[in-house]
Amino acid sequence: MPDPAIEIRGLRKRYGTFEAVSGVDLTIPTGEVFALLGPNGAGKTTTVEILEGYRDRSAGEARVLGVDPARGDAAWKSRIGIVLQSTGVFDALTVEEVIAHFASFYPRPLPLERVITMAGLEEKRQARCKSLSGGQKRRVDLALGLVGDPELIFLDEPTTGFDPAARRQAWEVVREFTRTGKTVLLTTHYMDEAEHLADRVGVIVAGQLIEVGTPREIGGRAAAVAHVRFRAEGTLATAPLPAMPGRVESGPPIVAVATGEPTATVSALIAWAASLGVSEIPELSVTRPSLEDVYLRLIEEHSDAATREGAA
Amino acid sequence: MTADNAIRTDAAPRGGNIRQVIRLSIARTGMELRAFYRTPELVFFTFLLPVLFVVIFSTVFSGVIRGPAGESVGFPQYFVAGMIAAGVVSTTFTSLATTISIERSEGLLKRLAGTPLPRSSYFIGKVALATITSAIQAAIILAIGALLYGVELPTGPVPWLVFTWVFLIGVASCSLLGVAYTRLIPDGSSATAIVQPPYLTLQFISGVFFQYSEIPPWLKFVASLFPLKWMVQGFRYVFLPDWVAVDDYGGEWHMERVAAVLVAWTVAAFVLSLVYFRWERPGDR
Repeated sequence: MPDPAIEIRGLRKRYGTFEAVSGVDLTIPTGEVFALLGPNGAGKTTTVEILEGYRDRSAGEARVLGVDPARGDAAWKSRIGIVLQSTGVFDALTVEEVIAHFASFYPRPLPLERVITMAGLEEKRQARCKSLSGGQKRRVDLALGLVGDPELIFLDEPTTGFDPAARRQAWEVVREFTRTGKTVLLTTHYMDEAEHLADRVGVIVAGQLIEVGTPREIGGRAAAVAHVRFRAEGTLATAPLPAMPGRVESGPPIVAVATGEPTATVSALIAWAASLGVSEIPELSVTRPSLEDVYLRLIEEHSDAATREGAA
Repeated sequence: MTADNAIRTDAAPRGGNIRQVIRLSIARTGMELRAFYRTPELVFFTFLLPVLFVVIFSTVFSGVIRGPAGESVGFPQYFVAGMIAAGVVSTTFTSLATTISIERSEGLLKRLAGTPLPRSSYFIGKVALATITSAIQAAIILAIGALLYGVELPTGPVPWLVFTWVFLIGVASCSLLGVAYTRLIPDGSSATAIVQPPYLTLQFISGVFFQYSEIPPWLKFVASLFPLKWMVQGFRYVFLPDWVAVDDYGGEWHMERVAAVLVAWTVAAFVLSLVYFRWERPGDR
């Protein structure tokens, strides 16, 4: 088993009396796409910037590609790629010039053509950066992070400001990048982005990593209670509901049943409706909590817990 | 940046590092020049401002300065040295302090710091751009002075050699001072406001706009602490007869002091840059 791409133990960062990161442990194996989620000010960016070598840590251990990021030299930097949130000042230069210039910093850069194609900038290669839209500038940022052919890439909110089509395209770029066994650490506010890209997600709140798991399972999502909903109209509104393995939470008119066995619940409902002469149950749906629901619940639980602790 | 090559086996050998620094410094210089000449307002003001100064000065003050034995030099001849020196400060100190602060605010420095680009290459590119623009600017000032206002250019290699060393150490000291000065600039948008006052003040007290002998002694003392006065003095040696030094500089040109002060500032500014330059925006730690 190869060394993990990122390994951190007891990571802390203090600014005066404020602790932005308070004891984070995390291992990201090589080849994984890991998404760090969390509200603004939770310590996401601080954690990532410590790993990128931009900030010193106050305590704890960190290894990025086997190197302490506080001591990363040029050889180490040529193995990582950083896509930053803010765009630099390249107004007077063309897209192609900027990418070629950054490529010249690296010992083994990707071919220019390939980077431009990956970032979807073929049409804009001769354009001055000044003339680019926000989304196009972001694609240049993405290209600059990839051009050195890094083993590990840091993506800080990679698609903020993208239109939906451009986001899909950016996700394709990231997927293509990871297909060759490379590692990605991503921060994002978009749950669909984490769900599309990440093998695992971690939720960071108040400087602590409170939950780590796959997008499907995090926060007990896979085993979580499902909701069966339908609109009770006509005879369905007046007849008593059948026996179901679940608890009726609301309705009519919109009946919501919270259940651990949605299939059995739906079967019971179909049989019940058929017995009343209704072959199509209006607006019937089965939903499980979305990643966003789980994320919001985790943050709420955590801040409740923190409040209780503070009061005690 | 922590230098810790000893414990890393994949670090490039020393010679390779130096070749890398040279190669990337050339690449940075190319990008700086390209970005400069593609920004018309920058080119225009860099080269137009000194031209305006020469034209306005030579037109408004059309008198002469008289020597002890009845000799005289025209105002254009007298002030051309100060114009060149002030132009150097503008294209090096002012321009570097401003652009580096803006590039730091805009996140370019952070972005470069995350790549294997040697940090020295960034600064070498900046100083190379400042040297080239300063040289072009000096050439324009001299050409306009000579063609339109009868400024006499020295003949023979010695004055031009002196011109070259004063110019090069002047550029080096003021460029590095511009780099160090960025420490006092919290944000790119406030750069101009923080950079202009010392530049304007020194212009007035260093004899750029006035005959140096007319400046009160205590202001002369202040001026003599900074490079501009010494650059003006060095360039005056090149363009003016020796009797001018009697009134202005206490009898002699004191070129050894010109060299000493400019070299001392170059070294001091280099050390200040190493100690005080911040690659990050204030607040990023």
